[in-house]
Order: sequence, then C-alpha cells, then structure tokens
Amino acid sequence: MGNRTFGDGFDGGEPIYLQIAERIRRQVLSGSLKEDDQVMSTTQYATTYRINPATAAKAFAQLVDEGVLYKKRGIGMFVSPDARSVLADHRRERFFADVVEPMIAEARMLGIPLTDVTDRIARSEVQPDPTVGGRR
Amino acid sequence: MSGFRIQATNLAICYGDTVAVDEVDFTLEAGRIHGLLGRNGSGKTTLLSVLAGLRRPSRGRVLVDGEDPFENSRVMAGTCLIRESGDVIGSDRVDRVLGFAAVLRPDWDDEYARRLVKRFGLPLDKRANALSRGQRSALGVVLGLAARSPLTMLDEVYLGMDAPTRYAFYDELLADYVDHPRTIILSSHLIDEIERLFEGVLVLHEGRVLVDDDADSIRGRGASVTGPADTVDSFVSRLIADGIRQLGAQRLGGTKQVSIFGALDSAARAQARSLGLDIGSVSLQDLFVHLTDDARERETTR
Repeated sequence: MGNRTFGDGFDGGEPIYLQIAERIRRQVLSGSLKEDDQVMSTTQYATTYRINPATAAKAFAQLVDEGVLYKKRGIGMFVSPDARSVLADHRRERFFADVVEPMIAEARMLGIPLTDVTDRIARSEVQPDPTVGGRR
Repeated sequence: MSGFRIQATNLAICYGDTVAVDEVDFTLEAGRIHGLLGRNGSGKTTLLSVLAGLRRPSRGRVLVDGEDPFENSRVMAGTCLIRESGDVIGSDRVDRVLGFAAVLRPDWDDEYARRLVKRFGLPLDKRANALSRGQRSALGVVLGLAARSPLTMLDEVYLGMDAPTRYAFYDELLADYVDHPRTIILSSHLIDEIERLFEGVLVLHEGRVLVDDDADSIRGRGASVTGPADTVDSFVSRLIADGIRQLGAQRLGGTKQVSIFGALDSAARAQARSLGLDIGSVSLQDLFVHLTDDARERETTR
C-alpha cells in the first residue's frame, strides 16, 4: 500500500532485505551487474530507497554468504567473478520445481493438453526468444 | 554503537486509577531506529515522557544509558523528545526558538539547523504560534534532528505536514542518521510510509507490549492464505494446531482469504502450493491493524 507511494517496486509484506538481495541477484543474472562491478553502498541503498541501513546491510551480508558479492575492506561491495554462474547453476537446479511443475499444474487446471505445451516449447527452440539475454 | 540504550523492567505508569502502561518489559538497543506503534490511547506518549525523564514510573523501572532518567541532568541533556507540535508553541520567533535550542543542546549543529529550516521553508522571523500546523511540525523536526541527541524521540511529529514535506523529513532523518548514528524512536499510528525506516518495532496496545521484534522478522511472520473456502479452512486449522495465529478472514463467494501470524515453513508452503492455495504477504500496516483489532476482540469476549 504505502510502498506504492515510493514507486520503487518493493512489495509490502516480504522482508525488504530479501527483496533487495533478489533484485541484485537478478541484476547479476541479467548481466546489468558484471563481475567485479561495484554495487551501491549500504548508505546509498538506504537513502535512495528510504530504508533502514541495517536492512540493506542484511541483504549484502546474505549475498556475501552466497558468494554473489565480495567485500573490499574500506572500499565497498563487488560482484564476485563467478557470481553469475553460481546463481545460474542454483536456478537451474530449482527450475523444474519452481517453474515447470507449477506450469504443469496450471495447464492441467485449465485443461490444456501437455502435448500442446511441449509443441509450443519445441517451436520456440526453432525460433529463439528475442528477450533472452536482455534485461528483465 | 553510539546512542542511549533503553531497558524497561516491570514498568507501570498510572494516572490515578487509570493504568496507562501496564508492567511492560522491553529493551531498545542503542544506535537503532525504533518504531513505537500503537493506536490512539495505547500509552505511547506516556511511555515516551517517562523515557525522557519527565515523569516518574508508578512501578518498576526504566534505565536510559544505564541510569534512571527521572530528573537526571546527564541523561536528560542527551535526550530530546519532540511531541506532536506541542513543544514549540510559544510567542517567540523561529530564530529565537533555534537560538534557545543551540544553548540548551550540547550536540546542537546550527549550520544543519539552518539548512533544514531552508529545506522546510520555515520563516525565521515569524512567531512559532503563528506558524501553520505543518510548519510547527517541521520546526519540531528541525529541533529534533539538529539536537543530534543520543536519544531522539519524535512523537507523531509528521502531523499536518503535506506529503512532499514528510518525504523530505524521511530523507533528512535517514541521511543524518547514517552520518550520526544514535538511538531514534519514531512513534506513529500511520505505518505504511515510515515502516521501512525501522530496524526494531515495539507495538503497544492498551498499555501492554503486543510485539517487540526486529522489523524484518515481523514482516516475515505474516502471510495470507487464499483459495477455495473449504481448502483454506482445513489448511489453516492445521496451522493453528501448530501454534500459528489466525488474524482475520474475508470471504467472497466460494473464495476465502485468511491472514495468519506465525512463520510458515517450506513444508507448509509446498503443501499450500500442492493444494492450489495462494500464499501472499501481509504488510506491517495490515499486521498492525489485525493484531490490535484481534487483541481488542479477545478482550471483549473475555
């Protein structure tokens, strides 16, 4: 509700640090943040998005744990050289559970034969999606 | 970490027979921004006046930076309480009000105060009691921020401010807090706009502490479950058996949405998915409304 007034895309309910972490992961995956790029500081994040600095720091700590970011003492946070591949590997593992299974359930609910779905997938194999590799 | 730490033990504050604060225990860590939330009449302002050393508790005790704050000159010099536009009313001109604060406040930053006055568009030559409601609130904010007190308490300070001024206030508060960390308590019953500034949240309800937690963990503990009414009911009744609280329910035709308070583990989430139920999030504002409503209902049915 009120978060809409800020117009920055944060959802009202999920902890904001999780949303910040996810936003940075997506930027890494999409390539808009490249390896060894510096990310915004905790302070910049806090003042830009009007959030508590501790909240931003929590997101960064999580990403350091995951190996997505690394810290240069006194300088700031940077994207790890292998961040993109680490994230992509992780997402690939989760892809069937997170994306395909719900899609199958939805198709069943709507009465869409799974052969229609596989046909459609086979067609996009021939004709690549122009958005692949672009920004979200 | 700089700033005063606050510790309340068995703290009760009464006015005659009326119990405003009823034997509460809590700790507010130093150097953080805390949200003090509660409906009107929940005891927020009374509690703040005790923390500021202006009132003596009826029972129990409170320690501010390790000492009893009541008429304690060291602690009170480091404490600044701004009440909703009430503390600056007087017939003095704005520049004189700022001059007094400069003398009174050991950590006063006059240059910063002048910058804030400009940002909020306050007329220096006007008398404080001739300012508009919003301008009086803005003057309160200037006094509260420029004092740089180790314990800064702003009680419903945004009242009467228009939206651009409130946003300017949030921005200035955050920027100054980042540069000069200190303990800040923001009391409010309008939560949506400022909840993201909080690191800790204390919810008072009818003189008692309803919630005392990290803002992010509170947000993570609320969820909404939506789906066919029967499925939602049986799913939620299992959650309740596991100790999760139901806060509210809405029904539209065959669809039902239930708000719950309590962490959903990944097994419960997976189960909800397989049942075709939607798990959504609940904002702090909604949680607050549900929790304080819920508490009132339980009391009336007692």
